[in-house]
Amino acid sequence: MNPARTAWLFLTPALLVLGVFFVLPVIAALGLSLTDYDLYALANIHNLRFIGLHNYWDLLQRPLFWSALGHTFYFVIVGVPLSIGASLGTALLLNSPLTRMKAFFRTALFAPVVTTVVAVAVIWRYLFNTKYGLVNYALAEVGVHSIDWLGDPHWAMPTIIAFAVWKNFGYNMIIFMAGLQAIPPELYEAARIDGAAAPRQFWHITLPMLKPTMVMVMILTVAGYFQLFAEPYVMTEGGPLQSTVSVLYLMYEEGFKWWNLGTASAVAFMLFFIIFVVTMLLLRLSRNGDAA
Amino acid sequence: MNARRHGWLRTALLAASLGLHGCGQPAGHTQTLTFWAVGREGEAVAQLIPAFEREHPGIHVDLQELPWNAAHQKLLTAFAGDTTPDIAQLGNTWIAELVALHALEPLQPWVDHSVEVDPSDYFQGIWDTNRIDGRLYGIPWYVDTRLLFYRKDLLKAAGFDAPPRDWAGWSRQMRALQARTGHDHYAILLPTNEFEQLLSLALQQDDPLLRDGGRYGNFESPGFKRALRFYVDAFRRHQAPVLANTEVSNPWAEFGHGVYPFYFSGPWNIREFRQRLPAAQQDEWATTPLPGPDGPGAGIASGSSLVIFQDSPHKAQAWLLIEYLSRPQVQQQLYDLLGDLPPRRSAWMGATLRNDPALQAFREQLERIKPTPAVPEWERIVTEMQLVAAQAAHGDLTVDQAAAEIDRRADAILEKRRWMLDHTQGQRR
Repeated sequence: MNPARTAWLFLTPALLVLGVFFVLPVIAALGLSLTDYDLYALANIHNLRFIGLHNYWDLLQRPLFWSALGHTFYFVIVGVPLSIGASLGTALLLNSPLTRMKAFFRTALFAPVVTTVVAVAVIWRYLFNTKYGLVNYALAEVGVHSIDWLGDPHWAMPTIIAFAVWKNFGYNMIIFMAGLQAIPPELYEAARIDGAAAPRQFWHITLPMLKPTMVMVMILTVAGYFQLFAEPYVMTEGGPLQSTVSVLYLMYEEGFKWWNLGTASAVAFMLFFIIFVVTMLLLRLSRNGDAA
Repeated sequence: MNARRHGWLRTALLAASLGLHGCGQPAGHTQTLTFWAVGREGEAVAQLIPAFEREHPGIHVDLQELPWNAAHQKLLTAFAGDTTPDIAQLGNTWIAELVALHALEPLQPWVDHSVEVDPSDYFQGIWDTNRIDGRLYGIPWYVDTRLLFYRKDLLKAAGFDAPPRDWAGWSRQMRALQARTGHDHYAILLPTNEFEQLLSLALQQDDPLLRDGGRYGNFESPGFKRALRFYVDAFRRHQAPVLANTEVSNPWAEFGHGVYPFYFSGPWNIREFRQRLPAAQQDEWATTPLPGPDGPGAGIASGSSLVIFQDSPHKAQAWLLIEYLSRPQVQQQLYDLLGDLPPRRSAWMGATLRNDPALQAFREQLERIKPTPAVPEWERIVTEMQLVAAQAAHGDLTVDQAAAEIDRRADAILEKRRWMLDHTQGQRR
């Protein structure tokens, strides 16, 4: 048996699984997005029509799609830097030789990642309750008028962002900690001998050495944050006044509330396309940075 | 939960007694009826079912409670997955959708042979919401409509002894009330994210909301525009605040403070006002039927119905449960538990319902409720209607522009229905 054939043999199980559970559904969904599969088609498949790119064209003309896209970008543009900042900050703190009880803090800060969104969302809804919430109580102590965090269209998204950042930063924190520990201590030693203070060490050693980690974390986080769904689903149901409807939430509503699976598939592919383009841009940017 | 435990207990007892006597029906004869109930009704009905199971020892009801915001998708998913229940509580605007799926059992033959369910005893408007293309698919369980809560003392202070009976009088009272108060006070609360208020006004018109057999929107009709203008004018004249209900944190207290002497709302608020307003104010508020363009007008007929699924193997037992839940005294029990209004006139004869002064306006209004168009797309259309109407209330669109925009959106939503009606007549089962 030649090596190439053996290699294929070893690959076959994985390829089969990928094909059946990933490639086929994706192709099916792509096909579905070119049809008007809806309630009537569910009743009788003869009511299904092939409509080409009509779903996509319709979406581009729908104000709700654009506002959902706007909310999603808002979430990504504000949420990702906050999330990465929090991860890097806590990773640096935990990595500092001065920190005590490292294991405890590492576990405590990582804990939100492994909790269930729905369970903690319930607690957050209590925390951010207008009347009885701890957050407004604390604000009242310092004289700030109470805010309707989840009921006011202007505050709902910031609250969702805070929740998502708190929920997710621990994961990247662990990756950053691994990255930090991989930086050779000699570099810092040399810098100290040359008289570089902590900020300069951070800027000229830590950040450049963390760059590969940073790029990966950035891409994963951006892709993840574009798929905002569970947080608004459990906290606000897209409200108030549709101010927390994300692209994925729109897809869910179209698909499972109204059973317009054709439109929902089109939304999914639009989102895929956007994430794809943004990821390519990020990769291109990071490569340009390398060249410079 | 309780009901289920009783059921097991009964099955066990039955089995034990069979063992002792060695005769009678086989133990496996107990039939399990799956009943999906939604929201608060799901919790309350658990207390009504043990009595039904006592009456029918051969039937065990497996009650499954769904939350309102998940019920709709759960029903559709159940249909797609062939796991529909035997019997379910259905928001009456969902019936048309499930009928389009051929998921529901036509109920007219069952009603024809029934002593308990008497169509003439039901309010006509709520009964009609269960008829799709002339066929009956659901039995109304409770009914819900919107009318005016008002402050007697504030109306009197403005020089009115009685609440309005028609739009002209209503406008006059709102103008007078608003003239008397400061700029953060209004005449009425119409939350801009609730469609029921505008829909009620629109149903008072003679023009239907959809035309050509539900093929197109009819929102540019003179009637709908009249309703929309009346609605929008309340905001333009600052008689109503341009607020969604999420922005009004405590409508009851604000009603108590006279921020809006009129509150266009539903029956559950009777209990809320009794609980939340101070005792001294309890005599100062009342309810009144909805004023119409000329004299008392129509209202919406929402609420839930009980339906039997086409695939159910226990239709006869499911019908027994519907009959039980439709009994006037059982409906009164439901009212006592939740405040849900009974859809049958005879159920209103009971003392609690007959003697409650705040309920009398609802009793009168229920004689004048009207169904909305029975098309599966209705819920989406009415959602769009309100989104556009809210824009008009904000002043972003004129009444004519808003009406045209609602028609445009409704026609887009109905596109598939038109195609279905025109091309696939022969294919429909």
